[in-house]
Amino acid sequence: MGLLLEQLLNGLQLGVMLFLLAAGLTLVFGIMGVINLAHGSLYMVGAFASAWVATKTGSALAALAAGLAAAALTGMAVELLVLRRLYARDHLDQVLATFGLILFFNQGMVLLFGRQPLFVEIPAALRGAVELAPGLPYPAYRLAIIAVGLLVAAGLYLLIQRTRTGMLVRAGATHREMVRALGVDIRLLYTLVFGLGALLAGLAGLMAGPIFSVQVGMGEQILIMTFVVVVIGGIGSVRGALAGAVLVGLVDTLLRAYLPAALRGVMQGPDADALAAGLASMGVYLLMAVVLLLRPRGLFPAHA
Amino acid sequence: MRNRLRSRLPSRDAVALTLLLALAIALPWLAEAAGNPAGIALATRIAIYALAASALNLALGQGGMVSFGHAAFFGLGGYAVGILYAHWSWQEPLLGILPGTVSLPLTLLAAVGLGGLAAAAIGALSLRTSGVQFIMITLAFAQMLFFLFVSLKAYGGDDGLSVRRQGEFPGLSLRDPAQLYWLCLGLLVGWLALLRRVTRSRFGQVLAGARQNERRLRALGLTPYPYKLAGFILSGMGTALAGALMVNQARFVSPDMLHWTKSGELMIMVILGGVGTLLGPVFGAAALVGLESILSAWTENWQIILGPILLLVVLFGRGGLMALLRRVLPA
Repeated sequence: MGLLLEQLLNGLQLGVMLFLLAAGLTLVFGIMGVINLAHGSLYMVGAFASAWVATKTGSALAALAAGLAAAALTGMAVELLVLRRLYARDHLDQVLATFGLILFFNQGMVLLFGRQPLFVEIPAALRGAVELAPGLPYPAYRLAIIAVGLLVAAGLYLLIQRTRTGMLVRAGATHREMVRALGVDIRLLYTLVFGLGALLAGLAGLMAGPIFSVQVGMGEQILIMTFVVVVIGGIGSVRGALAGAVLVGLVDTLLRAYLPAALRGVMQGPDADALAAGLASMGVYLLMAVVLLLRPRGLFPAHA
Repeated sequence: MRNRLRSRLPSRDAVALTLLLALAIALPWLAEAAGNPAGIALATRIAIYALAASALNLALGQGGMVSFGHAAFFGLGGYAVGILYAHWSWQEPLLGILPGTVSLPLTLLAAVGLGGLAAAAIGALSLRTSGVQFIMITLAFAQMLFFLFVSLKAYGGDDGLSVRRQGEFPGLSLRDPAQLYWLCLGLLVGWLALLRRVTRSRFGQVLAGARQNERRLRALGLTPYPYKLAGFILSGMGTALAGALMVNQARFVSPDMLHWTKSGELMIMVILGGVGTLLGPVFGAAALVGLESILSAWTENWQIILGPILLLVVLFGRGGLMALLRRVLPA
């Protein structure tokens, strides 16, 4: 029982990380109609900037600020210089251009920081474990990630449902041309939305630092999972991104935790472990395929 | 009078193509003469990727099916060769019935068959969606196969399989890089001739119609689904053939061939060359493989140059290299 609860929390923690990435991706996708493969690069930029500042200054707050600022500024620069010219283009052109950006950012990080992974320490205040129930300790840092993720989700909900900017974002997702025709400065809105998405990606990246190692290529690994989340949730829907992220996080974590033992019942140890790892990795893609076949527009279509 | 004269002369395109083909055939001797025998291996890789990219182009450019999962067929073709070799070397039939083999015609046939079967299964399900969902569901299937092969320890898992015995083709000695190159070139030319016929046939026209406007096609009384599925299967078969050739050239197969970045690379070759053109993917493959090879010989950080080049091609060179060619040499 305790183990199951721990795995559920691990799944939730992966889920909120995926949500932070997916929220930006789904907004950019839903509002601007851009497939941005380089979203994972912004996650990487946030992680590297924060890790570097953390080792130089030793201050967790400075690292936090640096990671967020680096990701948001990089994101807005990318939007202004490149993506702005691609809004009216084919998805194919967007894929090619953002793939080029991935190559550029990955190699840029190699030039700046080298190929060795950077290791990041957990901030002093969040080391140690919290006793959730008698005999059930859980790392404080992971709990903090879950809390931050849920807070961001609540904040996004308020921003999108309760503010004028959010109204424009929703309107833009439903009918871009009409919003422009009503005299809204849609270019500024686009840059802001993209910057917000980049900021959230950077937040995910800097929080991931102490859990995964910070290295070149970290963005692409999680990017594909993020796409799975966005498609399962319904493109353009932030609510769908949250549901999809938690679902994907839970499915992935639970399969990884329980499949090896289940397979060891019918197969040899090492073979069972290898097969279980493979099947567990396939799980989320299988989930996505099933969702798409049953509900082609995702679980929460943004505009029906 | 002038018109009649012109129609008797071969068109400029035909002359250019003949020259290009002659150059491609003579390439091994030229590379030898230039003291650069490694150039033959590079040209072989270009021919193989050109085959894969033009196969993807049939789905993507002709049928408008933006598949982000063609690495699946590329890798399956490669694994068909690798697995048949492995069972041949272990002297142990596959699943207890199929004997392994190193005969190239047989392994290529197996690869194409496997690619076709996989494309039929993946296509039948994926084509129920369209647009971005189609892009993502093809990616999902390719990722499933990627992780399946990573977890198959019997065939090397993550590390892949070395193929220590060159495929045997009657009348050819494929240990000679030049002969392997000519084989790949011949298959590429044959595949392009097939594609040309297919795209000009009624089937190809329906496929193009499905890309442009499915509703109008339906109004004409045609159901797009079976045409698109057939196009997708043919495309998967061609990609699997390229994968099988790649394993013969590299003598190695690993899950890397199924990785999503490989799907991306194939897509980039198509876009770089020119979507929906017959020769575009060939030029795209030559440009990408060639650039990679030149830049990586020049600097270790070649990706930081290649990335912006791709970006510039998208921003300023719409329609890819073929469009550029047409602009420089108007008909």
